[in-house]
Amino acid sequence: MIERREFLAASAAALLMPQLARAQTPGVTDTEIKIGNSFAYSGPASSFATHAKTAAAYFKMINDQGGIAGRKLNFISYDDAASPPRAIEQVRKLVEQDEVAVLFNTFGTAANSATVRYVNEKKIPQLFVYSGADKFSDPKTYPWTLGWQPSYRTEGQIYAKYIRAEKPNAKIGILFQNDDFGKDYVAGFRDVLGASADSMLKTAAHELTDASIDSQLLQLQSAGIDYLISATGPKHAALAIRKNAEAATRPLHIVTNVSTSVASVLTPAGLDRSVGLISSSYLKDPTDVVWADDAGMKEWRAFMAKHYPEGDLKDINNLIGYCFAFTLVKVLQACGRDFSRENILKQATNMNNVTVPGLLPGITLNTSSSNYRPIRQLQLTRFDGKSWVRFGQIIKGADL
Amino acid sequence: MDQLLHQVVNGLATGAIYAVIALALVMNFNSTGHINFAQGEMAMFSTYVAWTLIAMGMPYGVAFLVTVAISFVGGMLLERFVLHRFRNAPLLSVVVVFIALFLGFNAVAGWIWGPVLKDFPSPVSSYKTGTSLVGAHELFVGAVAGAMLLLLYGFFRFTTLGLKMRAVACNPTSSRLVGIRVSWTLALGWGLAASIGAVAGMLIAPLTFLDPHMMTGILLYAFAAALLGGVDSPPGAVIGGLVVGVAENLLGAYVVGAELKMSVALVIVVLVLVYRPQGILGRVTVRRV
Repeated sequence: MIERREFLAASAAALLMPQLARAQTPGVTDTEIKIGNSFAYSGPASSFATHAKTAAAYFKMINDQGGIAGRKLNFISYDDAASPPRAIEQVRKLVEQDEVAVLFNTFGTAANSATVRYVNEKKIPQLFVYSGADKFSDPKTYPWTLGWQPSYRTEGQIYAKYIRAEKPNAKIGILFQNDDFGKDYVAGFRDVLGASADSMLKTAAHELTDASIDSQLLQLQSAGIDYLISATGPKHAALAIRKNAEAATRPLHIVTNVSTSVASVLTPAGLDRSVGLISSSYLKDPTDVVWADDAGMKEWRAFMAKHYPEGDLKDINNLIGYCFAFTLVKVLQACGRDFSRENILKQATNMNNVTVPGLLPGITLNTSSSNYRPIRQLQLTRFDGKSWVRFGQIIKGADL
Repeated sequence: MDQLLHQVVNGLATGAIYAVIALALVMNFNSTGHINFAQGEMAMFSTYVAWTLIAMGMPYGVAFLVTVAISFVGGMLLERFVLHRFRNAPLLSVVVVFIALFLGFNAVAGWIWGPVLKDFPSPVSSYKTGTSLVGAHELFVGAVAGAMLLLLYGFFRFTTLGLKMRAVACNPTSSRLVGIRVSWTLALGWGLAASIGAVAGMLIAPLTFLDPHMMTGILLYAFAAALLGGVDSPPGAVIGGLVVGVAENLLGAYVVGAELKMSVALVIVVLVLVYRPQGILGRVTVRRV
């Protein structure tokens, strides 16, 4: 009896399915797609806020051009100050009150760590979280969540590959922020160095609120390191650059590509002190004259001039925000007319060599049902006093 | 051995940073009987004022003095127009006001000046110390902290005004009965604390860069320093700051590692306060019931 009733209910549902699916995807109507976002507009990470403002301007531009499949993008963005409890509050509000179709570009490792479980329970595509933490690219644990940029772990692997090729027995000091972000780099180095990691690595942690990292640098320097890796955010990277430049024997300093902004890291640290720094990039540096006539960068500059004129053209955050928004629009365009959450996720995990205006030539977006890391390549860069100059081949992260 | 020396000297330099903010806390406590949670943010705000004046082309020395004056007036106005209304409110309300000021100053600074790090000039940056142990500006911070300590100590110890302030903080009603103008004394205390905070901010910013969150971590350590040294004692604040700075470095480098240094440093402070609640140099408070 029960079986029969279930069968009937199921067949009825199946019959109604195409209609229902379209009508019932929250946040999608014939005229609108709601995109939810929670970002650090205030608080200790607010220097990134301009990123989300660029994305908002990009969606506005798409709307001015007619939207996607006749639907306007409604970008709803709240401030969570990078604070996990506030992020939970904002993401719940986006999901339950605003009923967004998709979450996009939610900010920060800590904040996303707090919401990722909830979002996956609710089965909402959480596309391109703005964090390089490797755990947001794990289809087994979080099938609805994707990263975008090369994960910190991938980046660590790439530096380790470079150092091992340069100096196989190097002594490497890692100054790392004591959270998922900093620890991913240490993990990346261990992935590549394997058994020799213990003898080659010396690590020192710092907290996000530390006013000074001098003590940690002294510890690393006294171990006689050849390379200093600053796996830290912009402020502490600037402090480390300044302090390391004063050291008697100066180890080669590698800073993560989170902290390479000429405007907000190197200028306060001192451009003369920053000469010789090594980092990596997957993006075209907006301050590099090499890209003056580059088609993609021209497109971006024209966009900035028209839609976000107050944004700083030297700040790479504005380019990253543009590329994120570009990627989401590509995914939504690939959806055709089916904007169900399942289809949005399917398109996001089915990218093949997608080119993005701001990415370095040779670096493309690739995803599959088992690869949730859209970008896994980087090219190393060196600061020459004015801008970051790329050198060497594009390096791919280790296969895990 | 070389590293040990570096760690100790560096700890003293960081400790001097904590000490200058702790001095502002002590100033405020001695004149109002409260610990102002917003002291660090007010100092940060003053430093932004100085930065703006310098960016407008004012010489460092002039900008320094103008900032101290603006902060003094600002602190007094804050007391007259905000804190004054909570004079008879329960302590909890006052604490909430302090938290509101903390968030308010932080948000307004972010709104006006933006979150991008700014390099703040140091008047002694062109001098070299001739050693890798300590920079010229760090010595300067130490010297100014010492001078401020002497001034404050002398002020509370030997001037009538200082005595009046201590009286007001201790017992406003009796003070009024003996003819002290309580409300103006309180406002003056706030003004002085804000000026000291401004000096502290301008000393710290060349070391940590200027950004709206420069004080978050420092204030925590400054609290610890003030409590450890004795919250009513200017010399205690300085000693407390130096002890916290050195302990933090030594624990981080040799004992528990950098991950736990902050927790362990604060646990030590708690232990000291359990066994010696008045701090190292503070007076024991005895209240007749």
